[in-house]
Amino acid sequence: MTFAVVLAGGIGSRMGNSETPKQYLMLGKKPIIIHTIERFFVCPDFEHVIVLTPKAWVAHTENMIKKSLGDTDKITVIEGGSTRNETLMNAIRFIEANYGLQDDTIIVTHDAVRPFVTHRIIEENITAAKKYGACDTVVPATDTIVESQDGEVISQIPNRATLFQGQTPQSFNAKKLKDLYESLTDEEKDILTDACKIFAMKGEKVYLVQGEVSNMKITYPFDLKVAATMLGGDFEE
Amino acid sequence: MINSIYQLTAPRLIEVTYGEIDLSEGGVLVRPSYLSICRADQRYYQGARSKEVLAKKLPMALIHECMAEVVYDTEGNFKPGERVICIPNTPTEDDDIIAENYRLSSKFRSSGFDGFLQDYVLMQPDRLVRISEDVNPDVASFTELISVSMHIISRFDKIAHSRRNSIGVWGDGNLGFITAILLSKLYPDVKLYVFGMDYDKLSLFTFADETMHVDEIPDDLKLDHCFECVGGAGCEPAINQMIDHINPEGTIALCGVSENNVAINTRMVLERGLRLFGSSRSGRADFEKTVKFLEDNPTEAHYLETLVGEAFDVRTIPDIHKAFDADKALRLGKTVIHWNK
Repeated sequence: MTFAVVLAGGIGSRMGNSETPKQYLMLGKKPIIIHTIERFFVCPDFEHVIVLTPKAWVAHTENMIKKSLGDTDKITVIEGGSTRNETLMNAIRFIEANYGLQDDTIIVTHDAVRPFVTHRIIEENITAAKKYGACDTVVPATDTIVESQDGEVISQIPNRATLFQGQTPQSFNAKKLKDLYESLTDEEKDILTDACKIFAMKGEKVYLVQGEVSNMKITYPFDLKVAATMLGGDFEE
Repeated sequence: MINSIYQLTAPRLIEVTYGEIDLSEGGVLVRPSYLSICRADQRYYQGARSKEVLAKKLPMALIHECMAEVVYDTEGNFKPGERVICIPNTPTEDDDIIAENYRLSSKFRSSGFDGFLQDYVLMQPDRLVRISEDVNPDVASFTELISVSMHIISRFDKIAHSRRNSIGVWGDGNLGFITAILLSKLYPDVKLYVFGMDYDKLSLFTFADETMHVDEIPDDLKLDHCFECVGGAGCEPAINQMIDHINPEGTIALCGVSENNVAINTRMVLERGLRLFGSSRSGRADFEKTVKFLEDNPTEAHYLETLVGEAFDVRTIPDIHKAFDADKALRLGKTVIHWNK
């Protein structure tokens, strides 16, 4: 079975003056998170959509979903964890408790603040995760990436041709992810904040799915302006 | 939900734009899967329409020939994954007399509003016709074009007198090919002639009783009824040739699109009491008939399969350009897009 996991655990501290977590800001006629959830909700490949939010926003998110999609038993909103990986583990625990964790259970994990994800990206994630066990959605790096160990001088400038910018979805064989995560020490868990990194560090192959520049992450107020413009609407400060 | 729409913004320039789909409005969400390029799409793409028309119509997503898969039905009548043919004509009012495809108020995809180059399309259920998995999806992609032929023949059947010993089809292109296939099956006792300009193309009309170059039609050949599937500058000499070879009170079906006015020999139209009627777009009933035809007639479906020129796996905007460029070079046949963008 394949599950969608929408990650809305962050409190969005980077979204300027807004006190509302960024995923709940309006984009066009609906909150960003609803646009994203709907993308996965309509996709028949998914057995269930699990949405992980801060505790205080669980009921609020449920209300938003009901308002937009009516009563549905295809979506469950649960509380996220203290870190991104803990949030993922909460989703896997939910799946395990309600559906059981099989060898072929796939999770497609996606940032709630990337509402422009396309059908192709989702389909290719599912296919790659089924085939390879793990995949990451990326676009070729366009800016030169500069590495600095001390934040003052350049340590090195990696060859841009081999660099990609990570997006989401990131998709995994759920059982494999759980096993790998549980094998980490607490120190490793602190360092390995990205699930793909866990796979890569443990010598597992993570395949690349071609993303889209438009599959942007709405992180800063500037991003929301760009997103609203992309949607053809006016943005009000 | 945010939807990606791939619009032609200027000739040969396709850009992605975004729109919102509101599922609470009701309808069936479909994912276009197999698409086919029509001459009308190609004319927009190449900018071969007047400046005024381009200014009025663009930006617009192209493609109105589409097979899709159901993604989500707000009413639950269609199942996810079901194959459906999308009807591009979209009526906005009821009319007991005028058919949906001829109402001035009706809208048509990739002409009056966005076509099917989109991530998802929210369709009204009456704009979808289920099609069997047994039908070749490349052929199913141009069901709309076949339905236009079906529509022409259905109207012909109502309009033309009942003596149907011989029928002539002018035009050795896609429309002529499809119309001739349908006629050969629907009127098996009729002697079917096909007239064209290209011997190679005419040699493919193996299901017709006779094929001839338009310069070699015997003067004494007389036909009960004629179908003009030529279009463009060629339709004028074609129609006049039909008028010369048709029996009195015969019917001429005009099916080819011309950008220019066409001068025809009305003296002979009057003298012989001919009927000329026009047809272009098709409606739901024609789609239903066409889908049934494809499902029930595998031999004719195989003939139609030979029309599939090249099928393009489209994952990027440059892939769309490749498909349109290849289509431009086609002498006969349909360019199919496997839509994976």
